[in-house]
Amino acid sequence: MISQLFILSSKGDHLIYKDFRGEAGSDVVSVFYEKVTALTGDQPPVVMSHKDLHFVHVRQGGLYWVATTRLTPPPFTAIEFLNRFTALVKDYCGSLSEKSVQMNFALIYELLDEVVDYGYIQTTSSDVLKNFIQTESVSFKPFSLFDLSNVGLFGAETQQSKVAPSSAATRPIQSSREQGGKSEIFVDVIERMSVVIGSNFWMKADIEGEIRVKCFLPSCSEMRIGLNEEFSIGKSQLRGYGAAVRVDECSFHQAVKLDEFDSNRILRLCPSQGEQTVMQYQLSDALPSAPPFRLFPTIERDSGGRLLMYLKLRCDLPPKSAAINLCATIPVPRGSVSLSQELSSPDQSAELKLQSRAIDWQIPRFPGGTQLSALFKLEVSGLSSSSMLEVGPVGLSFELPQLTSTGLQIRFLRLSPVQPGPSQRWVRYVTHSDSYIIRI
Amino acid sequence: MPYLGSEDTVRELRRSLSNPNVQSDQLRYRNTILKVIRAMSQGVDVSGLFSEMVKACATVDIVQKKLVYVFLCSYATLNPELSLLVINTLRKDCQDPNPMVRSLALRNMTNLRLTSLVEYVEQPLTAGLRDRAACVRRVAVLGWAKLHNLQPNSEIDAAVVNELYTLLRDPDPVVMVNCLRALEEILKEEGGVAINKPITHHLLNRLKESDVWGQCEVLKILQRYRPQSEDELFDILSLLDASLVSPHPPVMAATLSLFLGLCSGLPAVSLAALERVRGPLLAACGSVSREMRFTALCHIQLLLRSIPGLMGAHYKRFFCGYAEPAYIKQRKMQVLVELVNDENVAMLLDELKGYCTDVNTDTAQAAISAIGRIGRSYSDRCLEILTGLLGLKQEHITSAVVQTMRDLVWVCPQCSDTVCVALEGCEETLQDSQGRQALLWLLAVYGERISSAPYTLEVFIDGVRSEASLGVKMELLTTTMRLFLCRPAETQDMLGRLLHYCIEEETDMCVRDQALLYYRLLHCGIEETQKVLQGRRSDPSLGVLIGRPAESISQWACSFNTLKPLRQSTIESASRGSPEHVTFDPKPNTDLSNTLNCSQIEKLHSVSDSTSECTDSSADVLTSSVAAPLSLSLTPALSPEEFERLWLQQQVLHVEQGAEKLEKEEDYVFLVERIRCPVIVHCSPQSLQAAMQLVNIQTLAFTPLHTLPWRVYLYTHTQHAQCGGASHSTLIVGELLYTGEANQRVVVVKKCMDNGNVEGRQEEQVEEEATATGLSGRGSVRRYGEEEEVKVTLKQQPRDSKALKGFLSILTTVLHTLSSERT
Repeated sequence: MISQLFILSSKGDHLIYKDFRGEAGSDVVSVFYEKVTALTGDQPPVVMSHKDLHFVHVRQGGLYWVATTRLTPPPFTAIEFLNRFTALVKDYCGSLSEKSVQMNFALIYELLDEVVDYGYIQTTSSDVLKNFIQTESVSFKPFSLFDLSNVGLFGAETQQSKVAPSSAATRPIQSSREQGGKSEIFVDVIERMSVVIGSNFWMKADIEGEIRVKCFLPSCSEMRIGLNEEFSIGKSQLRGYGAAVRVDECSFHQAVKLDEFDSNRILRLCPSQGEQTVMQYQLSDALPSAPPFRLFPTIERDSGGRLLMYLKLRCDLPPKSAAINLCATIPVPRGSVSLSQELSSPDQSAELKLQSRAIDWQIPRFPGGTQLSALFKLEVSGLSSSSMLEVGPVGLSFELPQLTSTGLQIRFLRLSPVQPGPSQRWVRYVTHSDSYIIRI
Repeated sequence: MPYLGSEDTVRELRRSLSNPNVQSDQLRYRNTILKVIRAMSQGVDVSGLFSEMVKACATVDIVQKKLVYVFLCSYATLNPELSLLVINTLRKDCQDPNPMVRSLALRNMTNLRLTSLVEYVEQPLTAGLRDRAACVRRVAVLGWAKLHNLQPNSEIDAAVVNELYTLLRDPDPVVMVNCLRALEEILKEEGGVAINKPITHHLLNRLKESDVWGQCEVLKILQRYRPQSEDELFDILSLLDASLVSPHPPVMAATLSLFLGLCSGLPAVSLAALERVRGPLLAACGSVSREMRFTALCHIQLLLRSIPGLMGAHYKRFFCGYAEPAYIKQRKMQVLVELVNDENVAMLLDELKGYCTDVNTDTAQAAISAIGRIGRSYSDRCLEILTGLLGLKQEHITSAVVQTMRDLVWVCPQCSDTVCVALEGCEETLQDSQGRQALLWLLAVYGERISSAPYTLEVFIDGVRSEASLGVKMELLTTTMRLFLCRPAETQDMLGRLLHYCIEEETDMCVRDQALLYYRLLHCGIEETQKVLQGRRSDPSLGVLIGRPAESISQWACSFNTLKPLRQSTIESASRGSPEHVTFDPKPNTDLSNTLNCSQIEKLHSVSDSTSECTDSSADVLTSSVAAPLSLSLTPALSPEEFERLWLQQQVLHVEQGAEKLEKEEDYVFLVERIRCPVIVHCSPQSLQAAMQLVNIQTLAFTPLHTLPWRVYLYTHTQHAQCGGASHSTLIVGELLYTGEANQRVVVVKKCMDNGNVEGRQEEQVEEEATATGLSGRGSVRRYGEEEEVKVTLKQQPRDSKALKGFLSILTTVLHTLSSERT
């Protein structure tokens, strides 16, 4: 049972405040902000109390989404609800930011009114809600030169327009209603990889993946998603002789019908408008291929009392793929003062961040099968032999577009009955690094 | 938009709201209303626009209607008269052909929260329950709950309740769940909605129709149901089995807590259920949402208390991610420590070692103490890592390592050799008081083996004038005393200087009193001093980490899926460390000074990380003069709340039976006694607390100095070896009371046996206690009238007069010592 719900910006501005039960005054908003800003880093901020009021909050899009309750609520429900609510706001407003919440406050009030009544969650299904929500969203687009790149010379369409721009899916779901034209559906396969590579080459690797459908079709029809035929769940269930696509555990959205899954690996569902996760899967402790990056470090002290780090980074992806926006964070010893660097190509950059005591090595694009190297010379005051212990572990963050590390592919995507008018179907793959750590 | 002061904004808005041109243009009208709502949510007081907004309510534009309702519901309570104007529009809307308009009107009618409107609302609500559209019924059902809470004392309308019960069979699942919620609120006094067999089975069968939120609600309410037969129980369990592995964490958690409630008598089934939820819980641990991850981790910790091996094979899932926030990392480390075994220990330690150099100091320190806890089982490997970390010569790391080593040698004395070697030279890096206190403690206990100990100590003593931390000074005194006992030649001079400084120049009472105490102790002779100071160096019984007996599920089942596991964070693990010698935290001291300023009795926080000195050993010595081998200890720590509960529960009896009367009650004994002890009241609370702690009596709360009646609340545990070596642990809670007018001090000590009521012994207790009544009665009569007395009442069971006497004599000694210092 939720007593109040409010949204605060990171600076503490009141964006949305709704009192469902009249049990506590609106001054708790500032009480909450004081409490949350007074927390130190190691205190778990999720749950806080003030007198007999409990605050449960999540942070998304740089905003605090807070629910207060008088009775102690089940935490799983409260947190899941707040997450679901942020997802709804994102669906309806297009994106999640202070600006979009501010501009669409009327819409959010309306949403809240339908989603929660007297503190009880009524529904969060976008299928139901679309009948009730009347306010139109105000979307704003930050001006970006990249938008112009799709337009060719004299406005002619170029090749590039065959690829959906990355911002295509960040728009409000309602816009399909009145703009009429674009009835699109996006099926995203998103994997998050967390890897630890130890110095003696033992390794831990987990992949958490999900298939996310974002639907802008005005009328929902049945959709069939075909996965790789050799997709198998668990260790025992190996299919065929080819390289199996294996996951350990797999769970599906309630609405997914699985009658063709066992035989043909087909998921059937009626997508509701907005974003939903159709399938989640995990693979732990084994990657089907080699880990995408390996690091070969050499660290020594030179005669001048400087720390020399020679790093070779190898990308073991297939040659056609590439990693983008790779950033390697290399912790350095306390007392590091300055950095001089030699990088193997001009588009890379490296910077010593004194605050976080680390070197950030940025590589915008890193094709598979290649190797990059960097030489860092660090001026460290009070360098000792034990300072070497402080170097590492190196953390990598990157994005692998058009690639799933489990090998999961979508064979086909059929909408039936066939949609009248032009409808566009997009299938996108991406692997993110959730946490990729290489120990030195 | 230029920012205007709130009055200007309101004036501006009023002007445009009442402008007929705006009113005729729907879009402009709506935009003006939008501005009002925007100002409202930014915190501007726009209540003055109420009448204009009421007018704006009568419109066909649904968006505008909704906006106006948002406004009206926020300000209705401030303008009850004007709100009456809205009710007509609302009632008209309730007849609208559009179900959305009907539900909107009905919802806002009940959201106005005005008692004056109740009579107008009831009729549309009754009609709403029978509406064709489900969305109207949903609103109407909850409307009755709102109405009831508006007038909580009014009669419950039986017809409505009946109607709501019938609506449990409504085809719409949300209506069904809302009925449950409404009945739960309306019938709160009767214990909520009646959950009988037909309703339970109806709800269970329709569970799948509801969405996640509905399922959670139903599962929560079903916790009240008790199946009538075992067959029925298993039917229910098999119905619930699918939800147990639901991909939605809320449903999984709600199902599990229902499972645990239903199977409280069937531990095997509960254990099997825990195995089933392992998968979904692990999945929630890898969720994108940090908050969900954290919640899942906290609940995994609960599960591990009963099945330590539950996650054994999945330990790698708890390795910390690179960008995770510190609070998640710390939880993960706590879990990792639980999962350690012979196969994975190397890998785990390697991983934890990686976290020790984390940029975040909290994470680094948590990693170090995690290694220390693993060290209780795998001491060699861990000590190697810890010693290596000292080489980094970084303040926060060295401090954490020294503290960890102190905790480690307390439970594993075999590590002391390595620790002694490692300690050499680390005093240069230590900066914070916690770390220095730990170092001093180690020097005190292993001083004879660390060759440089006197030199280290000398540096401390030379710097004592500029020392800011109270804890360090206290520890320094004890350390110098103990070192003096084993290496007198090297330390005598500096001990003299330290005592001189502390007694003559130190401004802090606590330090001064401690120094005085030691000074007098030295006067008693070296052997007496030795008796008091040479105490235990370790407590191996705390040690075992692996093979800890599994707790029964019922111990935590009630807190599963509540906020409790999310809260009790690091405190638990800290108290599991070694509370006997946890150091002085500066925080309780500030609390103390606050307490002194207030005239009320305030509870001091005596969580285990606060103030307990490492001199538990002296308790043994003091009590050895008493006949019975009795030892006092402060563990397990008693929280102020717990103390209060125990105290009040027994206080009632105390009042009923009158003081000075020994009575047998169910499971404790209650005794009042007087101790002659002048001027104790004028003794500072700090020194009293310090003295009490010296003998392991924990003081929980004080009245400020010179207030009457003067009270002190305290507690301790006794460990008393009874016949045949079986040791009994008892809890003593007590109060020192000094009522000024009567010039009496009363010590009321209540004592109850932890091991509960042993029925077989009851009869003999009655007899024995009867004689005791006579004794204590006589005693008090004889002494009554004397000034400055202490009255002691002991209540005890099973009768264990030796332990009680022992405790009493310790208390008397302490009080006498203190008062003799004063006079």
